[in-house]
Amino acid sequence: MLRAATQTEARMITLTVNGREHRLDVEPEMPLLWVLRDEIGLTGTKFGCGIAQCGACAVHVNGAATRACSVPVGSIDGAAVLTIEGLSAESNHPVQVAWIAEDVPQCGYCQSGQIMAAVAFLKATPNPSDADIDAGLSNICRCGTYPRLRAAVHRAAALMRT
Amino acid sequence: MNAMVPGRRQFLLATLSAAGGLAVGVGFAPDAAALPTNTEIWDTPPPAGAHEVTAWVVIEPDESVLIRVAKQEMGQGILTALPMLVAEELGCDWTKVRAEYASAHRNLVEKNVYGRMGTGGSRSVRENYRLLQQAGASARERLVAAAAARWGVAPAACSVRDGRITHPPSGRTLGFGAVAADAARITLTAEPAIRPPEQFRLAGTPQPRLDTPVKVNGSARFGIDTRLPGMLYAAVAACPVFGGTLVSADDKAIAGRRGIKAVVRLKDAVVVVADNFWRAKQALADLPVTWDEGAAADTDSAQFRAAYRAALDGPAANALTRGNAAAALAGAPKTVEALYEVPYLAHATMEPLNCTAHVQPGRVDVWLGTQFPEKALEAAAEVAGVAPGNVYVHNCYLGGGFGRRAVNDELRQAVAVSKAVGAPVKLIWTREEDIRHDRYRPQAAIRFRAGLGADGMPVAWQARTAVGSIRRSLGWDPVTNGVESSAVEGLANTPYAFPNATVDCILKNTHVPVMFWRSVGSSQNAFAVESFIDELAAAAGVDPLTMRRRLLAGKSDFLHVLDVLEENSGWGRPLPAGWGRGIAIHQSFDTIVGEVVEASVSSRGEVRVHRVVAAVDCGHVVNPATVERQIESAVIYGLTAALSGEITIAKGRVEQGNFDTYEMVRMADAPRIETHLALSGGGKWGGIGEPGTPPIAPALANAIFDATGTRVRSLPLKHARLVGRA
Ligand code: FES
Ligand code: FES
Repeated sequence: MLRAATQTEARMITLTVNGREHRLDVEPEMPLLWVLRDEIGLTGTKFGCGIAQCGACAVHVNGAATRACSVPVGSIDGAAVLTIEGLSAESNHPVQVAWIAEDVPQCGYCQSGQIMAAVAFLKATPNPSDADIDAGLSNICRCGTYPRLRAAVHRAAALMRT
Repeated sequence: MNAMVPGRRQFLLATLSAAGGLAVGVGFAPDAAALPTNTEIWDTPPPAGAHEVTAWVVIEPDESVLIRVAKQEMGQGILTALPMLVAEELGCDWTKVRAEYASAHRNLVEKNVYGRMGTGGSRSVRENYRLLQQAGASARERLVAAAAARWGVAPAACSVRDGRITHPPSGRTLGFGAVAADAARITLTAEPAIRPPEQFRLAGTPQPRLDTPVKVNGSARFGIDTRLPGMLYAAVAACPVFGGTLVSADDKAIAGRRGIKAVVRLKDAVVVVADNFWRAKQALADLPVTWDEGAAADTDSAQFRAAYRAALDGPAANALTRGNAAAALAGAPKTVEALYEVPYLAHATMEPLNCTAHVQPGRVDVWLGTQFPEKALEAAAEVAGVAPGNVYVHNCYLGGGFGRRAVNDELRQAVAVSKAVGAPVKLIWTREEDIRHDRYRPQAAIRFRAGLGADGMPVAWQARTAVGSIRRSLGWDPVTNGVESSAVEGLANTPYAFPNATVDCILKNTHVPVMFWRSVGSSQNAFAVESFIDELAAAAGVDPLTMRRRLLAGKSDFLHVLDVLEENSGWGRPLPAGWGRGIAIHQSFDTIVGEVVEASVSSRGEVRVHRVVAAVDCGHVVNPATVERQIESAVIYGLTAALSGEITIAKGRVEQGNFDTYEMVRMADAPRIETHLALSGGGKWGGIGEPGTPPIAPALANAIFDATGTRVRSLPLKHARLVGRA
């Protein structure tokens, strides 16, 4: 009994998700996306493609925007992960405020990923041009909210400067 | 609209069947309302003290108003637009309105209390505005009658505003909540008249979507987010060749793997069930499977293309005959002929198909995103072998629909698997499964022959389409007369005044299943027609906008759309070198949309779409903010198809699998889009979810012709060999 417990202990992967520590008994190859959704139960992060193409699964790992479908959880043992659920308690992060003001979402499925990508993008590019947005935000939105996304990114940038 | 009928249920039924054949229900007891937030929008248990004034309207103790919506939200904003129509008449405080789905189960049990719940064909507003206004007016009159009775005054002496009833002579006032219980017991003697659009106060003003708050913090529940106690996860692989069947699957290869619970064999698919989706998916990939691929395993896209072309010379069913096109063509001074071709297209909804099913003795629950909850309910009952009355459909926010979620193949699988393993199961299609097992926009070949008269205007017009039948593919209808309306939409009902015309239809299916794809037949027919009109204009040396204006003479709504387009697009003004401008106009779902595209083609042949100006006549508008966004959405959706969209077949199976091979327009490719309303009002109510899609491909192809002199007759554009002039 004692030995089995120790082995399990050794396999454990630790993640701090939205400020809360989780000790996870999962295969190290399991992508972070499925750890978040199926093991921890945070479903705000979405599955869109599984091959780092669409960005629906975007989260922050140690502050950097990351496509969670393509990161084996074993490769980020000990990391701090931020998901859409942890971005703000009252949907009042400036990016969320801008998203609401521009009424961006249509079906909404891509929007967690769009928001997480935009938050990281604006940290690196606080005063973006349209060309910066074209180059820096590549998540797919099948509903075609791009014009509203663009307006919301500009609005969020303005909010964050004030 | 005024009739005297004793009971209020009969009264409403009688009134509304006259208004559109639909019945509005009325509730009697406080029995349903929503959660404090609408993260889950299926029908939910009632809070204490809530009062259902009609099946559509529940007034809660805190004066908030729950409005039930019998159409499904897939991004088109219906969860906001339909409540606006109820609130228009109800007179409640719009800031206190919440929306949730009407229950498909209740609709079944209460005999169609919500009418047709299926969502498609851009129909939700135009088919329901009278019904919903009536529901709101009816609820308002009951609330007024209840307040008037309490005060002992005449209802006609009372007024309603922002959720309060006032008796101005005495200055007395009551909130809706205070009289909701009484109102639920009121019998009206006459049904109130509803407002004509000219008198709208709330409708017609831009309103933020009610579902935005839950879509910016990850709390909106999509089907894929369902979590139940004891729930298992399933990954599925259907036979890669449509129509093939499963022969065997060797479970021993994955036996003993962590978390694997079962392998379930369906007729044409194999399913691995596990305690985590990734484990199920990985095991499925390693599972040795033998298929009987069936007769279609040797087919490919080149064969289909040749077959559709050849079919154009075979027998056809006639869909339109006007004058004598053959004679006019023979006598025309100039003739023009062209062949247009389009490929199969996948819907690629952002949320891959998925369904969670819980089959228990005597009860089946399903959670998914469906455009047709009543059909989902029937399908679940059929697969589980229970009576439809024992099925509960918990419809979720749809992560995109575009027609794909009109038929829920994923639901049938999930119910079968839950039944087999005796536990709740969430079955998810990977993106590859989603792209390879769609029901596609049909492939088609469309040929035109036209004769131009001495004045350059068409005297003869012959159109022929060879295309897959959707209704045959779905097994709905053998289409015995050989003409399917969706196959010839935009062809047989052409608005252009050709003096002599024929339209012929050849329905021809392959083994590839086909279905409704945003704007259906108009998606290919508008490309062909509007490109060919451009060819005629070029052949006649007439400006393309002028050619259309002449062919639409006397049609004031079309002409107004052209005027608005001309004015706002800067038609005819010079463009930078290497740029071109193109126009297209098309009516679908009772809405006319014209679009002007500005695009450039580089010397290396790269196409960039810079600007799209759209003019829209949908008659009346409920939420202008939604109209603008739906045009943007439809333009981007059509642009993806025009630029790169194609599903090709090799060895009977789909070659594309994910967004690396089925490419999407992204931010950097998205043009500036300007939407202008050109409303004709009157009795016209058009749809808005789809009509923005058809004109974009031809407007772009025409802009490319303007820029390069090269005519694109086959989509997607990525295969066209283009050389820009800059
Ligand atoms: S699901 Fe991760 S990028 Fe698409
Ligand atoms: S809002 Fe639907 S995919 Fe982006």
